[in-house]
Amino acid sequence: MQKEFGGRAIVLDRSDINTDEIIPAKYLTEVTKEALKPYLLEDLKLEGFDPNGEALANARVVISRENFGCGSSREHAPWVFEVNGIYTIIAQSYARIFRQNMFNCGMLAIELPRAAIDALIALATTAPLEVTVDLKGQKMTAAAAGQTLNYDFDISPFDQALVLAGGWVEFADARY
Amino acid sequence: MGKTLAEKIFDSHLRDEPFPGTKVLNIDRVLCHEITTPVAIADLVWRDKDRVFDRTRIKAVIDHVTPAKDSKTATQAKMLRDWARRHDIPDFFDVGHNGVCHALFPEKGFIHPGHTVIMGDSHTCTHGAFGAFAAGVGTTDLEVGILKGVCAFREPATIRVNLDGVLPNGVFAKDVILYVISRLGVNGATDKVIEFRGAVVDQMSMEGRMTLCNMAIEAGGTSGVCMPDQVTVDYLWPFINSEFSSKEAALAEFSQWCSDEDARYVEVLDIDVSTLVPQVTYGYKPDCVKPVSEMAGTPVDQVYIGTCTNGRIEDLRQAAEVLRGRQIAKTVRGIVSPATPKIFNDALAEGIIQVFMDAGFCVTNPTCGACLGMSNGVLAEGEVCASTSNRNFNGRMGKGGMVHLMSPATAAATALTGVITDARTL
Repeated sequence: MQKEFGGRAIVLDRSDINTDEIIPAKYLTEVTKEALKPYLLEDLKLEGFDPNGEALANARVVISRENFGCGSSREHAPWVFEVNGIYTIIAQSYARIFRQNMFNCGMLAIELPRAAIDALIALATTAPLEVTVDLKGQKMTAAAAGQTLNYDFDISPFDQALVLAGGWVEFADARY
Repeated sequence: MGKTLAEKIFDSHLRDEPFPGTKVLNIDRVLCHEITTPVAIADLVWRDKDRVFDRTRIKAVIDHVTPAKDSKTATQAKMLRDWARRHDIPDFFDVGHNGVCHALFPEKGFIHPGHTVIMGDSHTCTHGAFGAFAAGVGTTDLEVGILKGVCAFREPATIRVNLDGVLPNGVFAKDVILYVISRLGVNGATDKVIEFRGAVVDQMSMEGRMTLCNMAIEAGGTSGVCMPDQVTVDYLWPFINSEFSSKEAALAEFSQWCSDEDARYVEVLDIDVSTLVPQVTYGYKPDCVKPVSEMAGTPVDQVYIGTCTNGRIEDLRQAAEVLRGRQIAKTVRGIVSPATPKIFNDALAEGIIQVFMDAGFCVTNPTCGACLGMSNGVLAEGEVCASTSNRNFNGRMGKGGMVHLMSPATAAATALTGVITDARTL
């Protein structure tokens, strides 16, 4: 089943945010996704960011920079976003395994050029940023304080099929 | 136009191309450990699809936390163990027979040139040392691999890294790969295969090649690869001598996978290692790399020798060479973790374990342990560890801890002095 994308965004303004920062390895001993929920971004050290703060609790979208999700193959990284209601990530680029894990879980990893990320981050500093996503049209809008930014994005037909199918298990099971 | 090794493997294993640019490959080896597999097992059970595509192509090991340290890790181990028994997986390795997956599976002869290999572990790229395409994947890819024996990839372009010259004394595969990562950057090889070529690789043992390929992921690479050659054949011979009439026949067969002379590369990096010096990381990213001499004198609290990068017999020999007849600093906790029972046994037979113990090291059983802050040497807030592992992320070996990555020889020298030390200066 396809997930709902978009919503209130939080900005993580740094490149190379890694999987240990998203979910530390010591929590990988959990065997359910739900159990990961309290630990989202627990070890991320970033000015103005509080892993226990309201901005993260209210977020449905994450905006970040290059090489997001680098490091481990742990799917616990997308899962910990998923169980916190964050199904959409917008970044300049991703680590391969993290990006594939997102689509495999039926979640959305949008890639935008540097200038677009800069503009989104600048707009988010003025007021809370609301993102809407048109998956089939591959368009997104970000709005804050009466201003809007519109971008086209490009996800591969395969990744789009995974998102529409609700994930890779559903897709593969129907086909192979 | 010729083909790269990766392109040959993709062509020969292509099952489906559901959309342009997406290649679904048949997978020869689906490797499993107790951290990322249990959730896949639980999901398969929940979907009423608790099946395996081919029990002989699935290999499983309990390695990250073993023997179990608490109820949760005991549960993870039990889930993998019960599943392996339920499906009669012949190659399942439990306490007494288990070791770090990327050292154990190659040592058992499971990985051959031309194989496709996936595992729910980012350092799966290690197995490319055998001329295989080996990629770390998430739990969902692993789950589909277990059930259907397939995995989807974008066909990766290949970066060729030519390593020429002669490695100076005291400079090892780990120094080379740290230097390569510093040149490529942490995302310089994203969606790409890194092909390690040149005279240095030709003369390297399989252990050294595995160290190179192990850290391809730290530059974002999908797989590291080396060309199969006589060294590969000699390593695998005990496992393949019933399949081939001679080593020559095996070499002829395996050589077909080698990249063609006129294969196309997206980038070529030429590095002459003749002037390379021992390397070490600073900061929290694996591309933050300096010569050891520039970090010399930095105090450490712990030295950790082991892991899928540098826990093999050759690594232990290199460290023992530095330690022999000496004592580590009183301010340092030395921990060595041979990566597999065979390595442990060989190290015992060679007297290497004695050297470590005489020097004041704690010798642990084979396990991933402290490398990812799970057990057997987790750091306290503010502590510094000199480690032969592969990742120096903030908090990787324990919240608030700092990790400096280096070769086993540098780690051993650092243990002796208590500060980061170039072994060649001792």
